[in-house]
Amino acid sequence: MNLLLSPWPWWISGPLIGLTVGLVLVLGGQSLGVSSSFRDICAALLPKSKLPYLANANWRGNSWKLLFVLGIALGSFIAVRFLSNAPVEFLPAHYHSASGALKLLGGGFLVGFGTRWARGCTSGHSIMGLSSLQLPSLYATLSFFAGGLTAAGLGMLIGGVL
Amino acid sequence: MKNLRFVLLGAFFGLVLTKSEVVTWHKIRAMFHFREPDLYLIIGSAVVVGAVLVAIVKRLKPRTPYGEPVVVERVPMHKGVFFGGFLFGVGWYIAGTCPGPIYAQLGGGEFFAVFTLLGALAGAYAFAWAKPKLPD
Repeated sequence: MNLLLSPWPWWISGPLIGLTVGLVLVLGGQSLGVSSSFRDICAALLPKSKLPYLANANWRGNSWKLLFVLGIALGSFIAVRFLSNAPVEFLPAHYHSASGALKLLGGGFLVGFGTRWARGCTSGHSIMGLSSLQLPSLYATLSFFAGGLTAAGLGMLIGGVL
Repeated sequence: MKNLRFVLLGAFFGLVLTKSEVVTWHKIRAMFHFREPDLYLIIGSAVVVGAVLVAIVKRLKPRTPYGEPVVVERVPMHKGVFFGGFLFGVGWYIAGTCPGPIYAQLGGGEFFAVFTLLGALAGAYAFAWAKPKLPD
């Protein structure tokens, strides 16, 4: 029981994330991915937008994605509420501040802009794309880490501003 | 059930994401500063299991319980994987979250993730606006 309630080790959670790829394919007929939900939410919120990227989004036809991300929130709620023996610290205390909110807005902006330009995120490219041996997804994954490691290096140089 | 299955699939994914703690700022920083191997091992083992399952699916060509064909999408090559990928990586480091975990943080009660989601939606909107001017 304790093993269930503690954070799960990589050798349990990694294979279960891989299993999700198979479940979404076989039960849903879809390829795992999350970041297209940003496009779909924008399109649903701005139905009169003339920007082709939003006007052509067809979020209703792609509604499985919005149901899927709703499920992610629900599953996480269950994990925190019923399957944890200690609070999960999603963000550190110092992010609960005005400067933290700015970092989340700015970082989130790059996450939204970047994943849409790359047409995928860690789920779509690094997990699903690599699992199906797609070379562009390998380049995407290497670019994700190039960006993250560059930010980490810069963050160390300028001392904790990032 | 036809629609509900996607909520359930997402719930499975969200539960695993939160229990593995890949949805925490701390774990993301630990990965980018090479303090812990966990995230590399999680992504690596997920891809190994995922690759085996995708290979089986490609061979058996099953249909879903609703008779839909199971298609493994091909990912077309384009410049955005490099430019967009790099920008996403910077944001991943700063916000300590990639897209899936934004929803997991919100569901888990981390209300400051609202800022990350608002930022991501603004970013997607800005991309929609900038797309005609950017290399594809």
